[in-house]
Amino acid sequence: MLRAEGVVVSYGRQRVLGGVGIEVSPGQVTGLAGPSGCGKSTLARVLAMLLKPAAGRLTVDGVDVRRWRHRVPRELRGQVALIFQQPRLAVDPRFTLLDVIAEPLRAAHRSIEHARELAEEMGLTPELLSRRPHEVSDGQLQRACVARSLTLRPRYVICDEMTTMLDASTQAHLVARLEAYRLESGAGVLAITHDDELLIRWTGPSGGSIRHLSEMAPAA
Amino acid sequence: MKPPPRLRVEGLSVRFHLPGATVQAVTDAHFEVRPGQCLALVGESGCGKSVMAHALMGLLPGNASIEGAAWLESGDTPPVNLIAAPEKVLARTVRGRRIGLVPQSPATHLTPVRTARAQLTEALRELGNPDRADTLAERAGLSPSDLDRYPHQLSGGMAQRVVNAIALAGDPWLIIADEPTSGLDRPLVEATMTELRRLADDGRAVLLITHDLRAAQQVADHVAVMYASRILSLEPAADFFTGPRHPYAAGLLDALPSRRFAAIPGQPPELTDLPEGCAFRPRCARATDDCGRLPLPPLGDNRVACHHPLESHVAR
Repeated sequence: MLRAEGVVVSYGRQRVLGGVGIEVSPGQVTGLAGPSGCGKSTLARVLAMLLKPAAGRLTVDGVDVRRWRHRVPRELRGQVALIFQQPRLAVDPRFTLLDVIAEPLRAAHRSIEHARELAEEMGLTPELLSRRPHEVSDGQLQRACVARSLTLRPRYVICDEMTTMLDASTQAHLVARLEAYRLESGAGVLAITHDDELLIRWTGPSGGSIRHLSEMAPAA
Repeated sequence: MKPPPRLRVEGLSVRFHLPGATVQAVTDAHFEVRPGQCLALVGESGCGKSVMAHALMGLLPGNASIEGAAWLESGDTPPVNLIAAPEKVLARTVRGRRIGLVPQSPATHLTPVRTARAQLTEALRELGNPDRADTLAERAGLSPSDLDRYPHQLSGGMAQRVVNAIALAGDPWLIIADEPTSGLDRPLVEATMTELRRLADDGRAVLLITHDLRAAQQVADHVAVMYASRILSLEPAADFFTGPRHPYAAGLLDALPSRRFAAIPGQPPELTDLPEGCAFRPRCARATDDCGRLPLPPLGDNRVACHHPLESHVAR
């Protein structure tokens, strides 16, 4: 279980999350909905250990997260992956697509062969892998980001409006790929989106619940 | 009697020349938009639909080469070919005055250091519109006090209304909305679409460019589907959403979460390396040898560029 309790985050004097909790169960797709600006992405960053909350607790399969960002211990770091809304802001523009996908493997001192397999499963050809982000479409870049998120076989994958910028067919493909990973690995997925039809369809097969952030806690 | 205005695009093609490659961004596009109507141009990212918008506004970069014509027939003056007209004509008589642009992201389109009022007033002054900013704001659904805020103090919906008001400052009859909903949540998407529909119902022509089929369904009278630089089908919206005739259009609709939620196999071709004949052929279940020949574009009575269109189950 990936569990956050009583998470409080403020940006300056603006309180964004006022004591929010959420649980993501392994093997299930949990949905998270809410209007623009309600703090969905902030909660996603906390869950991925990229943002230290002012108060509250985060546990990954019972292990307390005590250090954040680049101080997260290696055994915890690979457990939770985050896929962002805008792939262009989530990759180093100097990297080729293969470098993008292989980056977590390099950081973990592992062979990058697995990156090529993941890329192939995402429909990225060797020719595309040699290009840089500005030479590919948003859809192709997000495919690379999905492949990158799966390289270290995370226990939890957090998808923050992963398909908002993409067409219907690419959206269906990316969701199907994550569903295949969930079924094969038993990982838990947190699907964050304001698209109600997508949430119902995505959480349905695993019987996961849908939470609405505006109802979760009063943002004081 | 003066003829009613319309935008008539005839055989429009746009190419970008890069070192060692040519990008075919738009190829042989034909369509029309008239006042009172909304045409939605849908397609995935990288299919060329935004380039179309930029071509019509005369905002393409210098390495673009353009063929064909896009006639802006405003009724009161001789038609202007948007593709060939000099920048001076576009700047003084077209942009803002005959064509209003609803931009992709209201939050980034507005200048952060000036109030909404300052920006709207500037647009009115530059376009020679004697109306007051308050009047325009009220028409766009804003209260005058909202105008005294800076962009970061506006909610997404309010920022959208401010850019709509600016787009209307020169009273254009044609509105081009380029992905006006990207990044907005569903209630805001619906509000934006309601607003575009209202503009069409008020007698303006609306060209909506989007990848969001649900948004298109809410406003469009006609839907054009673009794929790998070409328009593959152009049908009345009711026909498109109930029984699309092009296999690609059917695949896109089938991928919606409210439908089969199944992706189209494969990926679109590169615009620098398009296959001979129909570009959708490698991904199409209905493809035969015939598809190596280019099908006729949607034009006149022909609604789909396909040798093997699906039967429509809509009664005609």
